[in-house]
Amino acid sequence: MWGFPVPKGRVSIVVERCKACGFCVEFCPTKVLALSSAFNSKGYHPPHVVEPEKCSGCDLCGMYCPDFAIYGQKVAEAKTPAKPKTEAPHES
Amino acid sequence: MKADPRGVLTGTHFLDGDHACCEGALAAGSRFAAGYPITPSTEVVERFAQRVPTVGGTFIQMEDELAASITLQGAVWGGAKAFTVTSGPGFSLMMEHIGYAAMTETPCVFVDVQRGGPSTGLPTLPAQADMMQARWGSHGDYEVIALCPNSPQECFDLTIQAFNFSEEFRVPVMFMMDEVVGHMTEKVIIPPADEIEVVPRYHTKKSVEDYLPYGTNGSQVPEMAHAGEGYHFHVTGLTHDEHGYPNMTPQTQDKLVRRLQSKIRDASDRITLLEEEQIENADVVVVSYGITSRVAQRGIELARAQGVKVGKLRLITCWPFPEKRIQELAPKIKAFVVPELNLGQMVHEVQRAADGHAKTVAVPHAGGSVHRPEDILKAIVEAAR
Amino acid sequence: MINITNPVDGTPVSGNVVEPFLRSDRMPHIWCPGCGIGTTVNSFAHALIDSKIDLKTVALVSGIGCTGRVAGYVHLDSFHTTHGRAIPFATGLKLANPKLNVVVYSGDGDLSAIGGNHLIHAARRNLDLKVICVNNLVYAMTGGQTAPTTPDHAITSTSPYGQCEPSFNLPHLVEAAGAVYVARWTTFHVRQLARSIGEAFQKKGFSFIEVISPCPTLYQRRNKMGDGLDTMKFYKEKSKVRHGAPTSEVGLTMNGEIAVGKFVDRDRPDYQSLLHAQMVASLGDRYIEQADFEPEESCACS
Repeated sequence: MWGFPVPKGRVSIVVERCKACGFCVEFCPTKVLALSSAFNSKGYHPPHVVEPEKCSGCDLCGMYCPDFAIYGQKVAEAKTPAKPKTEAPHES
Repeated sequence: MKADPRGVLTGTHFLDGDHACCEGALAAGSRFAAGYPITPSTEVVERFAQRVPTVGGTFIQMEDELAASITLQGAVWGGAKAFTVTSGPGFSLMMEHIGYAAMTETPCVFVDVQRGGPSTGLPTLPAQADMMQARWGSHGDYEVIALCPNSPQECFDLTIQAFNFSEEFRVPVMFMMDEVVGHMTEKVIIPPADEIEVVPRYHTKKSVEDYLPYGTNGSQVPEMAHAGEGYHFHVTGLTHDEHGYPNMTPQTQDKLVRRLQSKIRDASDRITLLEEEQIENADVVVVSYGITSRVAQRGIELARAQGVKVGKLRLITCWPFPEKRIQELAPKIKAFVVPELNLGQMVHEVQRAADGHAKTVAVPHAGGSVHRPEDILKAIVEAAR
Repeated sequence: MINITNPVDGTPVSGNVVEPFLRSDRMPHIWCPGCGIGTTVNSFAHALIDSKIDLKTVALVSGIGCTGRVAGYVHLDSFHTTHGRAIPFATGLKLANPKLNVVVYSGDGDLSAIGGNHLIHAARRNLDLKVICVNNLVYAMTGGQTAPTTPDHAITSTSPYGQCEPSFNLPHLVEAAGAVYVARWTTFHVRQLARSIGEAFQKKGFSFIEVISPCPTLYQRRNKMGDGLDTMKFYKEKSKVRHGAPTSEVGLTMNGEIAVGKFVDRDRPDYQSLLHAQMVASLGDRYIEQADFEPEESCACS
């Protein structure tokens, strides 16, 4: 296939504020996030990005987070590379 | 600064205490009152409701005293000078918010036109039985200022003083009238506006970045800001730090409540207003306030006619209590005689301050009428023996 | 310590659109894991952004309780007042400075129990206040006691054998009292809530937005309803959008349908318009609404 998907959004996580409630993981429309096995200093597992290319930057994670510990942003869209021309087979 | 002439009804009037109090509030610059009807105070706000729309301001009758006592504080933080008016049962309801005003340092005036109590008591008859409540009615450690007028003229003059103290010290001021002073009609002279001094809001001049809502840098009273000016400050009744943020530690508590106390007590020389007469060489000093001081005056005259050396000490400021003056006088006299329209309230303060150096004689009265001068005379004569 | 980096490539990124509305120096807040109050604050911040309101004019007043703590976490002129009395305080603020956009942000117990009297009178007067009532069905801060909104048979700390009182249908109550804008959402409905708050800002008069929110530590735990996430899924499953529904029909039960949506959006003159009209009719030119006396600079204070 020609062209490849690039992430349209980027998630940032304020690790120390997270209380691992799981809202962001559950309600991300494209399932970008999962709770990590890492700990913050309070002992909670903050989320991490598992499917970065699926992030649209919708910021639903940010809207759901009760601890202001995560947010999404749109990034400038990278252009997908153009499809190279294929020559039509000549008919002779 | 001078009073706003639009609020000053200059002239010679024949007014009762309630009406004079309203005029005092307007002269002081108050443009907001929230009230709830209760005898014998209602006339104060009835007059305000009639006057303020042509002076420029708002009156709202709230659904209860709990609402009135905090609506006025919202108005203060919105920029107005505000007050409310009540009597015993309403005063009891307002106690939580008096504490809130003290804690948040909201300048405002609470007028209590005292009547017979407890509970519903005697709605149309006098007493002076809320005096301790004025000082201690809310929970926790806090200070208030309480003033006691004894005439309609003083209801005008001292209301202005009450507002001025409240702004200067950022403290709720209790204006302790009683039903007789409130409903007696006498001559009230209201001077021209440029002869009336009013204290403006102690508003910060600092920038948004530098302003600390409860920072004091040297003085004991923090500078204030109003909502809508871009300071984005926070006010809370929780124990708070200089940012106004809740900070519930013993250290912050100690610092805060001690300052709330000392900002008043350190200035008590200026705040305690007294009226004295023939105190030097007195054997007996009659300590009284409010309407009782008018009756006591007659009792004193009768005693002097009998040759007793009687001095008069009238408490215009009841809180902070003028303990220093009592301490000065006690060793020089035989007795303090303290007539009150209650079963003994301010007399305990007199006794405490006298510390045994002079007798303290109570002349209690359960309320419902005023003392007879003869009752006070009798107490003076016996004390002088 | 705040660690704001791109988790994919570790580069630092610029901030959350909500962050400027917070008192970042007071984070982290005191709310429990899975509590929905912080979620409502996101919707509130988005509503402020989208409505382009001048933040200088916004004043937020709260009462006592978990939701009452919102006042201390938002970077606005904010007032944390006494229990049940946010609405009368807000009334005074608004009347003294009508240019303020006054928001009351408080909980179900604060607004409908001890504050119930003030709630109905403010609605009756149609004061121009925006009331956001976060309803977690209990008194959370004090340990999960019964509130007037606690549904039938629920277990709380003061009804350990199950609550038997009929509970308030808050939209019905405030509509009957006179509110001009009444909506309910849950903390699942983050975007709809933001939109409703924005609509309330455009509306003159008494607006009331109820937000059903989890209290996983107390209400949900005692009633074995899981944690915050379970509750959000519960809201998603049980909510039905019923715009314009008769408010008499939107009462809540423990496990039944949660009717959400905009129930009331009507027009009535607000308190200040009524006051103004009455005064002008009676006093004509003599009516002075607000004195504009500018004080001199001198101050005799200590």
